[in-house]
Amino acid sequence: MWNLTLRAKEISGCGIAGIIHKKGELIPGEMILKAICCQYERGNGLGAGFAAYGIYPDLAEYYALHVMAQNRQALEKVEEFLQKNTFLNFQEPIPTKRVKTIKNPPLFKRYFVKPKLEEEEAEFCNLTAEDDRMVQLVMEINEKIEGAYVISSGKNMGVFKGVGFPDEIAEFFRIDEYKAFIWTAHNRFPTNTPGWWGGAHPFTILDWSIVHNGEISSYGTNRRYLELFGYKCTLLTDTEVVAYILDLLIRKHGLPLELACKAMAPPFWIEIDEMPEEERELYTALRILYGGAVLNGPFAILFAYNGGLVGLNDRVKLRPLVAASKGDLYFMASEEAAIRAICPDPEKIWAPKAGEPVIIEMEEGVIPNQKSYLKPRPVEVREDALRIGYIPPSLFSGK
Amino acid sequence: MPLELDISHLHYSQVNKILRDYIEKGEREFILRGVNGHRYLFAGISAEIKAQLYGTPGLDLGAFMRGPEIRVFGNVQDGAGNTMDEGKIVVHGMAGDVVGYAMRGGKIHIYGDVGYRVGIHMKAYMDKVPVIIIGGKAGDFLGEYMAGGIIILLGMHSIYPERPLAGLFLGTGMHGGTIYVRGKVKESYLGLGLKPYALDGEDEKILEKHLKEYCDDFGLDLSEILKEDFIKIIPYTHRPYGKLYAY
Amino acid sequence: MGTPQFASFYPDFYIERLWEKCIKCRRCVKECSYGAHIWDEKKKTLLEDHTKCVGCHRCEAMCPTKAIIIRRHPSEFREHALWTPWFIKNIYKQADQGGVLLTSTGCALPFKNYFDHLVLDACQVTNPPIDPLREPMELRTYIGPKPEALEIEEVNGKFRLKKKLPPLIKLEVPIMFAAMSYGAISLHVHQGLARAARDLGTLYNTGEGGLHASLYEYGSNTIVQCASGRFGLHVDYLKAGVAIEIKIGQGAKPGIGGHLPGEKVTEEISKTRMIPVGSDALSPAPHHDIYSIEDLRGLIYALKEATEYKKLVFVKIAAVHNVAAIASGIVRAGADAVVIDGLKGGTGAAPTMFRDYIGIPIELAISAVDKRLREEGIRHRTSIIASGGIRSSADVVKAIALGADAVYIGTAALIAVGCTMCQRCYTGKCPWGIATNNPELIKRLPPEVAYEKIYNLVKAWAHEIKEMLGAMGINSIESLKGNRDKLRAVGLTKEEMEILEVKHAGE
Repeated sequence: MWNLTLRAKEISGCGIAGIIHKKGELIPGEMILKAICCQYERGNGLGAGFAAYGIYPDLAEYYALHVMAQNRQALEKVEEFLQKNTFLNFQEPIPTKRVKTIKNPPLFKRYFVKPKLEEEEAEFCNLTAEDDRMVQLVMEINEKIEGAYVISSGKNMGVFKGVGFPDEIAEFFRIDEYKAFIWTAHNRFPTNTPGWWGGAHPFTILDWSIVHNGEISSYGTNRRYLELFGYKCTLLTDTEVVAYILDLLIRKHGLPLELACKAMAPPFWIEIDEMPEEERELYTALRILYGGAVLNGPFAILFAYNGGLVGLNDRVKLRPLVAASKGDLYFMASEEAAIRAICPDPEKIWAPKAGEPVIIEMEEGVIPNQKSYLKPRPVEVREDALRIGYIPPSLFSGK
Repeated sequence: MPLELDISHLHYSQVNKILRDYIEKGEREFILRGVNGHRYLFAGISAEIKAQLYGTPGLDLGAFMRGPEIRVFGNVQDGAGNTMDEGKIVVHGMAGDVVGYAMRGGKIHIYGDVGYRVGIHMKAYMDKVPVIIIGGKAGDFLGEYMAGGIIILLGMHSIYPERPLAGLFLGTGMHGGTIYVRGKVKESYLGLGLKPYALDGEDEKILEKHLKEYCDDFGLDLSEILKEDFIKIIPYTHRPYGKLYAY
Repeated sequence: MGTPQFASFYPDFYIERLWEKCIKCRRCVKECSYGAHIWDEKKKTLLEDHTKCVGCHRCEAMCPTKAIIIRRHPSEFREHALWTPWFIKNIYKQADQGGVLLTSTGCALPFKNYFDHLVLDACQVTNPPIDPLREPMELRTYIGPKPEALEIEEVNGKFRLKKKLPPLIKLEVPIMFAAMSYGAISLHVHQGLARAARDLGTLYNTGEGGLHASLYEYGSNTIVQCASGRFGLHVDYLKAGVAIEIKIGQGAKPGIGGHLPGEKVTEEISKTRMIPVGSDALSPAPHHDIYSIEDLRGLIYALKEATEYKKLVFVKIAAVHNVAAIASGIVRAGADAVVIDGLKGGTGAAPTMFRDYIGIPIELAISAVDKRLREEGIRHRTSIIASGGIRSSADVVKAIALGADAVYIGTAALIAVGCTMCQRCYTGKCPWGIATNNPELIKRLPPEVAYEKIYNLVKAWAHEIKEMLGAMGINSIESLKGNRDKLRAVGLTKEEMEILEVKHAGE
């Protein structure tokens, strides 16, 4: 049983790679495969995966649910659940190929849906409500339907992952048949829980996808912090936590991407103390409020969304990260060689500073449902749990 | 000319902020109208100012204040003069519970009745002696834990003819200060170990001095008040619980 | 012959004098404030009154020839598992004097000490330990109310705060000095604590006895306390520090007020507390303006109004059965931080029954409060300060991993300045010059010495904390907060582990 294997937090080392085309042109799957396979030694055959953006242009308005199931019954339960809670536009098995070294793979199916909303919400018809509902539904499936997991749930994107070396997983999912404007890939070296397909990367929530190298020593603190906002960390991996922190900081709290990254990998107090006043106030506040979101320990992550690819590593550079560009193509990977394998002559190649995010967003208006997180956005208001502490002056008449 | 403010639609924190700003600018006299339930008025304000309040101020009127002289035309709610340091509160009406809790100095003059636990843990040092004068009757535990200061209970302007002058446990645990009562109180109403005493010449001088000021505040006739004899209650020891422990 | 005093027949300690070493310099007589060493002028020799010995070891430490050994009195009662000498002697005392047993310090009973059943994690291979001597390691902690999210705006291509944060207190080390009043301890210790707090970048707490004029200069490292007795409490005092702590209760004596025995109320104390010399400084059991949670809100806001919202208001409670619900109420009442003082928290004077039997251990309380505040979605909005039985830097680390933001130490700081835990603070005769106001005795502990010892202790602990964090692979303290993954239990029951939210070692 999958659930039973998840008693302790996952620990793993890894290799990562990502590619983005700034104008939204499609990149063939072989390219990412080459980059990740070049980092073969960074994995041990116990997990690999790919995230691809732009692969469902015809169904771009629907949330593409990639569902992994242990058996038919689990899938049926998912389908029943989706019938009840979503408008289902299209469904099909995810095409796979028999691979000799992959024994007893789970079932994979994809569903293109829109969540059914309460009437009140539907009236506003805002995307936030739809996104929120989708997050809820995904959490519910993952938590409640035994033997079934939603491995990705964003629009016009999907995740393909499993137990095996990257080339095996790519072959299994026929990665060479897809073309995407953003690719990320992961090659995993876990220390435990072999055989758990859900433990492979990328992890996702909506169209956020994350591949991650390293162990986050602050996991316990991060998980508890996220629970305050209703996130349930069911997969017991560091990476899941990163996904939810991004969702919270960027989507809900409206932090610009750069600051969200700084919240996760903050500057040191000695640096903050020397900043000019406004900046110092900003970073002091960021650290005070988002102490629970600090990712402490070694990590390099790549995360992607419909519109961008971001690389970030920890603030003392305990994990490697290299970035490069050529024309409209941008590359990020654990090793320079991974980039050189697919782009031997980049115009620019650099090692990002510790804790300094590399943010590559696509040019405006080149893809459907494009998102940009460079600017601050309003905080999503939730009911103030401490509102008793403040009486709105408007209601005051003497008391 | 006093500065007149209608505070009926203001939050207490706004009122105090406004007052502080005006005091800063040199304003010394205020009239506040529309007072109803505003908490903490003049709390922590350290200035020699005068104010007249019309209405019913809320919790902790003049808490921690040092200097203001507040005259209330109306009743005051609980906690008036909480840990007050200096200044004066004059109430043309009744007062709620715990008036002058841990008062360190200044005066509180109440025309009418007061609630329970008035003057708890009043303190004094050298010439810093707080005074509470109650024109009406008082509830239980008047002067509990009293460590210094003076409480004068007149029992004259009460709306409760059926109630005793002072409630039960009068001065319970007092280890400093003096309580004067006009008329008699049942000995069984006194805190453990306390006894009523007759006044001596020194007491009479003190009493007269404070009552004269009280009469001036409310336009009363001092001789009328002094018509009846007073008793005084003082601690029988500075250490009523010294023998409580086994070492 | 009067009534026999049974308690005096069976002294607790035995003063052993090594005559071959003794030079009869009479230093012991001078040092013993309890009169256990006696000079017999006639016989020109030294005598001992063992019944007066409290086991403070002052004479032993000061004897120039090391001619004194203080032992447990060798006289023994017949063994009995139930009726141990402790209970027998207590009954004698009470039968002799008819009083409440009084004592000092924190719970002395061997209840399970949860800190001692928790072990910490360290990195091996999958992530690297960090060396704090050479790489950054941050202990800075902010105490106070926090909004849930930041509002950011972009001006000229730069991000900045749309709304500034409310005032918060910065600690360079998450260890503060617990409330110990001027009166309970000497002015010199207060001065030492204040100076150490300033140099360490942390705070000390005045306790409920007011603030001596010489200490106002340490304001930005001061928490002033507002307890039910309201001693020395006036506007200047309230404004003197960076925070005001409303003391509802303390771990050593939940449910009763402070008690400074009359022996310690000297002229100087009488002045700051405004009570008669020699009278007991009694703080009422409740604040008489707080009989319910909405009244707590009343006092919190009275203090905030009085100080124009410039000071944080902490509320300190003893850890009792319903501590989690109470703490939640306190946060909702508007407190900027909740202080929880556990069963093992110390005191200068408490009835023995209260000290030993009332309240719950701090470890369980921290976890329960942290959990409750998380469940209610308000944990990140406030701060938890834990105290009561913190004996080492590992205890600090464990307390923070259980969910505290910072800790208070009291007893540990006193031991640092020489306390030997004789548990007789209430007598006012502390021969080490710590828990006394006797002008002669306080000279034994000059403020500079107190400062140096306290400073050294916290500096050493801070370094140990950095080492432990480094070993866990984290380089700033916020990543330890509430991080139960860093803890494992050894020898705890399922229920205990559930409350502490920790797994057993090996799991």
